[in-house]
Formats: sequence, structure tokens, C-alpha cells
Amino acid sequence: MGNAPESGDEDDPDAETDGGLRAYTVRLELVDEPGELLRALAPIADNGGNLLSIHHERGNITPRGHIPVEVDFECPPDRFDDVVEGLRDAGVNVIQAGAEHYGEAVNVVLVGNLVETDLSNTLSRIEDEADAVVQDLSLAAPEGTDGISSARARLAIDSGRSGDVLAAIRSIGTDKELTVVEPLLGGEA
Amino acid sequence: MRLAILGAGDVGRSVADLAGEYDHEVVALADSTSAAVDPDGIAVADVLERKAGGDPLGTGSPDDVFDTDYDVLVEATPTTLGDAEPGFTHVQRALEADRHVVLANKGPVAERYEELRALEADSAGSIRFEATVGGAIPVLSTIEDCTPQAVTAVRGVLNGTANFILTRMAAEGLDYEHVLGEAQDLGVAEADPTFDVDGTDAALKFVILANVLADGGFSLADATVEGIQSIPGSALDLAAEDGRTIRLIGEATRDGVRVGPRLVPENAALAVTGTRNIVQIETRHAGSLHSSGRGAGGPETATAVLSDVGRLPPL
Repeated sequence: MGNAPESGDEDDPDAETDGGLRAYTVRLELVDEPGELLRALAPIADNGGNLLSIHHERGNITPRGHIPVEVDFECPPDRFDDVVEGLRDAGVNVIQAGAEHYGEAVNVVLVGNLVETDLSNTLSRIEDEADAVVQDLSLAAPEGTDGISSARARLAIDSGRSGDVLAAIRSIGTDKELTVVEPLLGGEA
Repeated sequence: MRLAILGAGDVGRSVADLAGEYDHEVVALADSTSAAVDPDGIAVADVLERKAGGDPLGTGSPDDVFDTDYDVLVEATPTTLGDAEPGFTHVQRALEADRHVVLANKGPVAERYEELRALEADSAGSIRFEATVGGAIPVLSTIEDCTPQAVTAVRGVLNGTANFILTRMAAEGLDYEHVLGEAQDLGVAEADPTFDVDGTDAALKFVILANVLADGGFSLADATVEGIQSIPGSALDLAAEDGRTIRLIGEATRDGVRVGPRLVPENAALAVTGTRNIVQIETRHAGSLHSSGRGAGGPETATAVLSDVGRLPPL
């Protein structure tokens, strides 16, 4: 596969995925000056990105006086970091990169002394150790915060990594003596 | 076939009761203290009446069963863990006497599968154990029909008590302790429900399934098992917010056995309600098969025992 002529990618032969392109979304904050948008888009094209859409929220100025812009583009996965780096080198403020990079969502329910065991630490450990993004969280603590409570978290993860992610969450659960109710993967549940 | 039945609990008594309908003859029925033995066939109704009245089954001792002339030993004594005794020795004695054995007792098949198969290889008799997995539901015979090599995984709900408790908790928003009490009042849960709610009973069944898929290699100690005792009603409420529910699900593959509470979509096939059981057999060439039904009970399990008896070759 590494010597396929169209690949043209010497440092990472596995980087090509079918067709080699993937869609990404970056969220930028631009200074409200003429030519600023064009300047911000250049690093994307320069690094092999193909622009898909630009959402320029002129009416929605940030507290710092900047204009948020959401840009969708596609590029080979191995070039995405170069695009983001190129934007930053050009002095463009990148506030969120690659949300679309996360391809799957899994739900888990955690049960135990969630507050006493520092729920916010539990969630940051899930984000760091399981490499997942917590998209949504609901908490039920019918016994009050010092009793047994339950939390349901929806996690965005990379496609195909659910097994690793759940294993990492299991081990965090073991550490903190929490019951982890995992989704049943595999088969047609 | 002439049946010798060891164990006079719900299953053993139901096998004796229904054997006639399947054209089999009961030549012995024993509990742990006494036995009714008659080479011409015991009077099943009388014996069952004595048992119900608290009297000995008959004048014989349980050991006399092995001296009578029978074709199939039905092992329906209570499941024991570890060395799986006395069930294992019962099976051994029958196989060494070149008799068939049909088990409803999970212990020997889960804990000492390879030894059983070795004994069977040296015997003219063979063993069958459909009744150990999923009561009346044809699970092992379905795998046998698909051939075990073509089955990649078996998943499902194989404990009615745990499933009943989770169903009621989700429907009524009640907590575990409350629903367990209700289940005990209804006779759905036993006075000591430990093995049902801590996942052991389901795990034994999935260990048996893994043994069938991989031709041995597993015992309870190899299974990763979690129960439902720590699941509060609030966890089921949260699952429902997202169209999901929690079930005690087991999984058996050639790589291992896992039983624990899992999130499944509320409308999924595996999210059966009440005491119902279900298995999903994942095949290599034919997708998934689902069978659902009653996973426990005397007559239900006896049906599986008698189906097995019918599949045995003549001795």
C-alpha cells in the first residue's frame, strides 16, 4: 500500500484511508478587518485542504470583539495537523479544531459515590486516559450528594476505538470504585 | 428409554411426571436421602405424592439407583461450584457403566467440561446438557445444528430473576432492595437470591456456552462477572432519557466469558422484560439468530431434558 503511486506519502504509509480525504471543521476567531477572512483561508488551501463551506457569523461578535467563523474542509487525515499549525503560524486564532474528527458516540452510566470521588476529575480522566470528549452529562443524585448517585455521559470518540475507550473507562471505574455500565457492542442488540 | 433420575427438585419431579408423554419409562427417582427404584417402572404419581407429603420417595437408598438397569441417567441435583460434586461423580459412574447422561445440573459442565468429555470418549454412553442453558429455549441444539465452528459469539439474558428486577426497577422507578423484596414475595426470586443477582448463575451458563464453542477451556474462574446489586433506580432513569435500558447481559466467545449490567436500546431484541430469557447466536454465515422463552421452571426445564433424551442414540 505504501508504494501506491497516488499515495505520495512517504512518512506515514498507513495514513491513506479510502480516498484519503476526511471532513473537518475548524472554528476561528478573526479580527474585524478587511482581508482578514481571505488571509485565514490561505493556510488551509496551502496545506492541501479543500474548502467545503464557510460560515461567517458577522452578527455574532465575541466578547473580545472578534468575529467567529466556522470553516468546513476536507483533507488527508495526516495533513490536518499541518493545516491547524499553518493557521496558527499565520496568527489566526483557532478556538476549536477537528470536532468532526470524532466519529462515534458511546453512552456510559457511572454509579457510585460520584461526588465524593470527584466527578469532575473522573470526567477529565475519561477525556485524557480514554481519549474521549464528554458531549453531554446528566446526573441523578436522589440520595443527595453524599450518597450513591448515577451519571450518564455521552462520549464522542474516534471511530473504531470503542473497545479501547471502554477498557480505559473500566479501569478508571475500578480505581475509583465506581460501577461502569457499558453499552453492549457487537451483534445486533 | 429407561430413565434414572437423580434429584427430586422441581426439575427432577417434572421429568418424572412428563416422561410418560414422551414414551420413556422412569425406573428410579432419588433425592439426597432416599430412592424409589423399580426395574419395571416406578409408579410416578404415587412417588411424587409421597414426596409432596414429606415422606421418603421409596425404600431404597440413593445409591441403589446405579444398580438398577437404566439407559439414561438424568442428573438434576442442585448445581454446585468448584469440584461440582456430587453431580460430577454421578455422571462419572453412569458413563463408566456405559450409560447415557442428560444433565440439568450446570456444575459439572461449567466447572469440569474437559474431564466430562474425556469420560464420555471412553464410554459407550454420551452426555447432553440442553437444560443447563436457558431452560426451555433450544440454545445448545441450535448451536449444534449450526455447528459450533460457525458460531462466533452468544450473547443474551439468561437469568430471569435479575431481568425481572431490572424490568420492574425501570418501569416503576423503584430501587433494587424494594423490587427484590417484591420478587421474593412473588416467588420469582429465591430466599437467597445471591447467585441470580450477583451474575454467578448467568455466568455458569455462558461458561458452558464458551466450552461448547471452544471445545472446553473455561470454568467459572475464567469469567468476568458483575452483578446488578449496585445498580440504583436512578441509573435506569438516566438510561431511559436516552432511549436505553440496563440488562444483565452475558457474552460468550472463544476468547472468554463476560457477564455484567450493560446498556442496551429499550427496543432491542435483547431487552426482554420480566422473567423472560433470550439468546442471540451470532453466526459466521447467517447473521444473528434470536431465541427467546422461559429460562427456568420445572416443566420448562424438563422439556429440555426430555428433548435431549430423544436425541440420544440407542445403546
